[in-house]
Amino acid sequence: MTSSDWDWDWDNPLRDARDRRLPRIAGPSGLVIFGVTGDLSRKKLMPAVYDLANRGMLPPGFSLVGFARRDWEDEDFAQIVHDSVREQARTEFREEVWQQLSEGMRFIPGDFDDDTAFDRLRQTVEELDKARGTSGNYAFYLSVPPKFFPKVVQQLKKHGLADAPEGSWRRAVIEKPFGRDLTSARELNAIVHDVFDPEQVFRIDHYLGKETVQNILALRFANQMFEPIWNRSYVDHVQITMAEDIGIGGRAGYYDGIGAARDVIQNHLLQLMALTAMEEPAAFDAASLLTEKLKVLRAVKLPEDLGAHTVRGQYAGAWQGGEKVPGYLDEDGIDPESRTDTYAAVRLNVDNRRWAGVPFYLRAGKRLGRRVTEIAVVFQRAPHSPFDSTATEELGQNAIVIRVQPDEGMTVRFGSKVPGTSMEIRDVTMDFAYGESFTESSPEAYERLILDVLLGDANLFPRHQEVEESWKILDPIEEYWDTHGRPARYASGSWGPEEADEMLARDGRSWRRP
Amino acid sequence: MKIDLSDTTASKINKALVQGRRAIGTPAVGMVLTMVIVTDEENAYDAIKAAEEASHEHPARTLVVIKRHARTPRDRTRSHLDAEVRVGADAGTGETVVLRMYGEVSDHADSVVLPLLLPDAPVVVWWPVDAPENPAKDPLGALAQRRITDLYATETPLADLEVRARSYAPGDTDLAWTRLTPWRSMLAAALDQARTQIISGAVEAEADNPAAELLARWLEARLNVTIDRVVTAGPVVTAVRLGTADGEIVIDRPEGPLATLSLPGQPSRTLALKVRTTSELIAEELRRLDQDEMYAIALRGEAAKETPSHV
Repeated sequence: MTSSDWDWDWDNPLRDARDRRLPRIAGPSGLVIFGVTGDLSRKKLMPAVYDLANRGMLPPGFSLVGFARRDWEDEDFAQIVHDSVREQARTEFREEVWQQLSEGMRFIPGDFDDDTAFDRLRQTVEELDKARGTSGNYAFYLSVPPKFFPKVVQQLKKHGLADAPEGSWRRAVIEKPFGRDLTSARELNAIVHDVFDPEQVFRIDHYLGKETVQNILALRFANQMFEPIWNRSYVDHVQITMAEDIGIGGRAGYYDGIGAARDVIQNHLLQLMALTAMEEPAAFDAASLLTEKLKVLRAVKLPEDLGAHTVRGQYAGAWQGGEKVPGYLDEDGIDPESRTDTYAAVRLNVDNRRWAGVPFYLRAGKRLGRRVTEIAVVFQRAPHSPFDSTATEELGQNAIVIRVQPDEGMTVRFGSKVPGTSMEIRDVTMDFAYGESFTESSPEAYERLILDVLLGDANLFPRHQEVEESWKILDPIEEYWDTHGRPARYASGSWGPEEADEMLARDGRSWRRP
Repeated sequence: MKIDLSDTTASKINKALVQGRRAIGTPAVGMVLTMVIVTDEENAYDAIKAAEEASHEHPARTLVVIKRHARTPRDRTRSHLDAEVRVGADAGTGETVVLRMYGEVSDHADSVVLPLLLPDAPVVVWWPVDAPENPAKDPLGALAQRRITDLYATETPLADLEVRARSYAPGDTDLAWTRLTPWRSMLAAALDQARTQIISGAVEAEADNPAAELLARWLEARLNVTIDRVVTAGPVVTAVRLGTADGEIVIDRPEGPLATLSLPGQPSRTLALKVRTTSELIAEELRRLDQDEMYAIALRGEAAKETPSHV
């Protein structure tokens, strides 16, 4: 096909909206991964590509190009992919799928400032267009530390790889961190947008690829029973938690100086908050979702007294789950004077008609009790109870808890009468688990996101405006922390510092134990 | 765990289900549908196995209806119902009840099945063999939103295909059609790349293959061209050729799971086109429970006459 006879209005007669068995297959395309030898690439990206191929979601001729500083041939690369797929893929290994995939694998050895390597990359891309029919459609996945972003995108520009031939596309996929504050985020965006159109830049927030997160929108806007109470008249407050039980592991170089708030709250938690708080979008498309999420992020107001309503902490050495673990300051490669936060909790208010006066508590931390991410919408107490106080002694506040991971699902908590002659009311839960009602094997977040990149569907990707708005929320908090005091200490394996409990106690509330 | 009940009734079976769930400590389960399998003793084992595997994707209550023929005239006059209730690890991710019916009760299987359906959840009936001529009018089929038959399991598939076409009602579907999904999605993807008008076509398959016939009818309906039916040695569908002004689009699968895709002016590529297992087919069937209009179009092969020509 030459680009001149490209007909945009052409409809494939074999496709029909009523034919819902046919999967969403990406059009002819290829994926170029920079930093293909990295952890993320081996543990997540390659298995996700294989799983997509196995489910028949990739087009015939799909090509995978690896770029890294290794002295490898195509076969060595294929072997690495093979091993990582064997080990990590979610679906069973099938020889014929592997064969289909491996024919389109290429490897380019080289540094990011090596012009010959990028020349070879361009030749490879052109060769693949001819040999595999990828039609000039390529996504460049930058699985590299952000300091290399400028170099890589400029090389792509210099070698003409970022310019899409007519009728095709070139997309850039980038991972967090999207800067470390507003200024650096803007610089980064400027660099990437200089080469790629903002519409063609896909920022991966793998949380948004998770089924439960997408289900927040289904839950809120496809049902009638939740939305009427999803506002300040009924909701007392919202708690969004992301807890990890691991420490920083080998990531000292990356983590120190960044901390929990920048690492997690800026992107994941503020995105979860935006989805929880936003108004109904006009349509389920990228532009409408962006509009609504931006409205929420712009309506966020920080508490006046940051000292009283934000807390940061550092884990201290302790016994965690039957294992003795070191404190943050004792970890390898960490400055013993470091003031980096491994735990952060903040109170945010959303100043709009729906949420005025309803605080959103966001907390994130490492070395906490267990690995869990959840959104808890806690409701007000019933305004009047015909039961006397002894009957409702054990009754807490009603809550809807959306479990993002692990064990994706939702819990509704409410009071119920305890069987027996006396009137006694106690909290019970009603539970919906994805693993129970739907597949045991829902697609991995990366599968969904890579497919969306190839399809050009930007619904689940934060746009640069959202990234910048999030930094505007976080920057004043980080500035305050930089100039006031030190992080509080908390024992590894606990649920965070006492100061965080006091922070909620000041508002007359307490953290849920997730 | 397994509970055996002989000479029983639906209400006793319901009690046994509750008991079984209590005993294994999971009183509330998120089953999403009831699957009724109507089969004979010979095919029961494979069908239950396929349903249990599919239940990993769609947790279901599976009711297996087996109509038994007693050997002696004395036993034949005695009508009774035996049931085997399986919950927990013995029943995939849902629960399974095997119902063996003897004598008169086997003509009233729906009276046993009706009280055992999950509240509110959709009902799917699957006949691995011996599907009724008009599934929607069958007493068990009438309980269901979705009725699955299999033209691969009949003596005269092409004649039965006409019967299915005549008796089609929304909610009917056939595994011969399900088997085509990988073929159809690859053909659609090939056409996405070729982006050109199709002027002729051929489906090559073993003789009397109902899936090949459905595929040909679907292509005729969608592309408005006549599709040649070419008989080959098989197995099943071996190739599809679509003629364009520039040459042929061919997906060729001589044998095994590897196929080759050729597009005019482009090098040929390898495709994985595996013949899938029954449990995978059932899992696909259960993914959508609304009517399959495209199956109706392919089955009747009449849309070509209805819709005005394309482009």
